[in-house]
Amino acid sequence: MPKVTFLHNDGTEDVVDTDPGTSLMQAAMLGGVAGIVAECGGSMMCATCHVYVSEDWMEKVGGRSEMEEDMLESTAEPCRPNSRLSCQISVSEDLDGLIVETPRTQL
Amino acid sequence: MTESAPGDCPGTDIDPFSDEFLADPFPHLAELRDLGEVFYLRKYRVWGVARHSEVTAVLQNPAVFSNAAGVGYSNLKTEEPWRAPSLILEVDPPVHTTTRGILTRILSPRALRDLQERFADEADRLVDRLVAAETFDAVTDLAQAYILKVFPDSLGLPPNDRDNLLTYGGITFDSLGPRNERFEAAMGRAEHIRQWVADNCARHALTPDGFGAKIFEAADAGVVSEDEAGLLVRSFLTAGVDTTVSALGFAIRRFAEHPDQWEMLRQDPSLARSAFDEVVRIDSPVIGFFRTTTTEAVLGSTTIPADQKVLVFFSAANRDPDRWNNPDEFDITRRTAGHTGFGAGIHGCAGQMVARLETEALLTALAKRVSRWELAGPPTAALNNTLRALASLPVRAHQFATHRVVPATA
Repeated sequence: MPKVTFLHNDGTEDVVDTDPGTSLMQAAMLGGVAGIVAECGGSMMCATCHVYVSEDWMEKVGGRSEMEEDMLESTAEPCRPNSRLSCQISVSEDLDGLIVETPRTQL
Repeated sequence: MTESAPGDCPGTDIDPFSDEFLADPFPHLAELRDLGEVFYLRKYRVWGVARHSEVTAVLQNPAVFSNAAGVGYSNLKTEEPWRAPSLILEVDPPVHTTTRGILTRILSPRALRDLQERFADEADRLVDRLVAAETFDAVTDLAQAYILKVFPDSLGLPPNDRDNLLTYGGITFDSLGPRNERFEAAMGRAEHIRQWVADNCARHALTPDGFGAKIFEAADAGVVSEDEAGLLVRSFLTAGVDTTVSALGFAIRRFAEHPDQWEMLRQDPSLARSAFDEVVRIDSPVIGFFRTTTTEAVLGSTTIPADQKVLVFFSAANRDPDRWNNPDEFDITRRTAGHTGFGAGIHGCAGQMVARLETEALLTALAKRVSRWELAGPPTAALNNTLRALASLPVRAHQFATHRVVPATA
């Protein structure tokens, strides 16, 4: 089970066990991670599951789709080069140890 | 369709399109969940899924569970549909990817920011008037009046004859069921309304600042044709009116039945958003949509042959005790992400952020003015093959003594 760490703005962190094949957002929801709202449940309509991927992991996580690019314009906190929607990141064994930061706010 | 031998897949005679089922689906949905990962609805010779894990698995696998044969009982590839198929709901990628991209841009939270104030103003105006009257129908006077104002305004529709939108939505959702009495009655109303809908979805009918005009900009850019743009505007009419009206009606009924939850919302109106999602979860306006298998599909221990209809019960997944704690309990602080009231996956409701914005504005306006709700008569249900809704909900809205609005004297 790949482990993923969510670093929060207040200095706390959540380490979550994930099922390969699920999305990072789903893993956060099932793990009760604060800081991910995911209002639309993964339909790419809300931009409230925004995360910043730690620089070391950018390559393994991969790039954004065109539609994700558009939706990242709607995030509450500024979009940065390492911004992703966690609903669009599929967790695999390759991502064991992944570290992402949650933004200060999603709404 | 062949008389499939569903192997060891459990079969059932439950009829999800009967009056009895539609009047109170939840006990039947629990029975369907208990049958197994997949079940076979004998009367209609279709398959079904009702557990959260299978409902989600189907919705997340559009290559195998396709929308192109329609989300209703009839197969659009083998049967003549009563209207041109939807270019967003009744298509698969890559066509879907193009049209969904247009809607995603038009309906993104950023694009909707300007509407917030307009919705709040309309909500304040309507609620002031209703609260002064004290007793009113929360479905017709509140939910329908509000949505028929703000939604078609955002789309850019002319102000006349907007009741036709309710008729059209009712027809469309009935037509997703089998050819029963409700279906036939809907077809009887369809002829009259079809032209009105086409006229109102045309470029020249729309105001220049609405969602509709933005869709025609995509036609100008060559992304879709002029006719296709009209069909996409039509999707707004179908999907954006009855559904939200239904959720608002259920919301007020829930709050009348659960004064503690209303009190919580009054104390903290920022709960309006999660309250709305909790209503969509527990009351599930859309009972379920069909998918059609493109190939042999394995779900759990069942193999469904190709070209089979599968009824995906959103409403059952939303109360699956394996996914939700106390699923039948209304809790506006619940973390509802992952509910399937808006569907899920690539076909998840494109207008859901509009619905959240609309209902947030209305619930906030109500929370400022109504101290508690009282039912002023028995609610009545509107039975439809696909959409759950109340036809009427007479209520008395009690005001705060200090904020009493007095009706203007003539």
